Amino acid sequence: MATKKIYLYPVWVRLWHMINALMILLLILTGISMRYSTPENPLIRFDIAVGIHNVAAFIVTFNYGIFVIGNILTRNGRYYRKWRKNLATNLWKQFVFYAVGIFRKEPHPFPINEEQKFNPLQKFSYVIVMYLCMPLLILSGLGLMFPDLIAYKVFNISGLVFYDVVHIILGFVISLFVLIHIYTCTLGDKPGTLFKSMINGYHEEHE
Amino acid sequence: MIAGILLAACIMTFAQIPEADTSRIKSSYYEVNDFVEENENCLKCHGEVKYALEDTLFGRVLTQYMCPADILDRDAFYTGVHRAFSCTDCHSYDYETFPHPLEARLEEMYTCLDCHGYDENFAHYNFEVIQEEFEASIHNIDEFSCWKCHDPHSYRAFIRNSQDIEEAVRYDNNMCLNCHSNFDRFMLLTDREEINLVESHDWLPNQVSHFSSVRCIECHTEINDTILVAHKILPREEAVKKCTECHSRNSRLMQTLYKFEVKEGRKGGFVNGVILNDAYVIGANQNDFLNWISLLVFGLTLVVILFHTVLRIRNNKN
Repeated sequence: MATKKIYLYPVWVRLWHMINALMILLLILTGISMRYSTPENPLIRFDIAVGIHNVAAFIVTFNYGIFVIGNILTRNGRYYRKWRKNLATNLWKQFVFYAVGIFRKEPHPFPINEEQKFNPLQKFSYVIVMYLCMPLLILSGLGLMFPDLIAYKVFNISGLVFYDVVHIILGFVISLFVLIHIYTCTLGDKPGTLFKSMINGYHEEHE
Repeated sequence: MIAGILLAACIMTFAQIPEADTSRIKSSYYEVNDFVEENENCLKCHGEVKYALEDTLFGRVLTQYMCPADILDRDAFYTGVHRAFSCTDCHSYDYETFPHPLEARLEEMYTCLDCHGYDENFAHYNFEVIQEEFEASIHNIDEFSCWKCHDPHSYRAFIRNSQDIEEAVRYDNNMCLNCHSNFDRFMLLTDREEINLVESHDWLPNQVSHFSSVRCIECHTEINDTILVAHKILPREEAVKKCTECHSRNSRLMQTLYKFEVKEGRKGGFVNGVILNDAYVIGANQNDFLNWISLLVFGLTLVVILFHTVLRIRNNKN
């Protein structure tokens, strides 16, 4: 069976993704450690967790800037901007494929090509995560890092509480996304195929 | 003999203080104190930054600065815990003569226990335990007394009565900073070198937030459940440095700063919710509702992933 190879992931995207993945994992780990810290059994010592979380957060923020600017300046941005028609129907089709079709060896409803790197579910979740959740997560995190700069009261509750609740909820959403993202990355031709793509830049698919 | 009488007359007439300026007295003072005018005999000098000496024999007036440590703020006095007092309730009547005699200036001052100790009226304050704590504290050094922190002329039982924790924190921390950030006062009690509080706390992240949200004694005292405010100040090396002492579900703050308000307990599902009135402490203010929801969603996602994985494996075998 012939293998189709499409170059979809330029070097900057792969580097950005690698740094982002490592830092987000560190942020999740240290965030959980801080939130559920106990004097007796800390997962990571609190002050160390705070230090790592702050450094990783700065790197992720800087990296996010590269992602946004990169998507404005390069062709990679079109994958997030160009939408197929009938979004709801497409999302449902893709969901049904993951839930049923994949076990019946049905063909992918939205095969990957140079114009559409993501299937509708991927694109929808990536846009929500990268252009909605991430900015809010970064802003709320910066608020917690520099508490003197944030509003004392927001919606009649403490500014710190508001920022933290937003940060915790979005942190959880991103954690959940990471979990699902990692799993769906095993849904290529072979479990390791899509991981390999993010290393060599080529999407591989049997024709 | 005549020369002696003249000399005595000179000395006696030299040291006259002008009459009190009653315009400084506010009507509110009379509501809390029955000795306002009597107290003005002291406050006409000790309530001002300057005082005038009048030589009645030659009519010469000499204006001098009052030593800052000996100046009393009338408003602070008449709103303090001892607002109903006459000066001579605590100070010797010898102070009524001027210049004040040396015996009066060296008089032994009362301590808290002299009035408040072993008295049922003050039993709920546990002054005796406070005294025990003080004696075991590093503050138990020569010339240190209750008054070094609790100025009897202005002290207010702030944390006990305040609804505003931030204000109470500022008030209480100023008691420490009066000496620990004012070397002129600090060196009166010790030969130690000047302490730079910012440098000695450089390990503490978000210093400004910490200093404005919690009291020094949160970390620098040993918790005692029988008194509201711990008084056993610990040596520097025994101070709390472990973040999780406060940043955890069993936050130390609930036994210290928020001791009085603990009864409020949880608020809107937040653990240690009472802290949320004034601050937010990572680790101490978890929301149980969010904890459960997140655990449930995360668990369900894992189950779906596991189920999907098993089906894929079975499907591949077939």
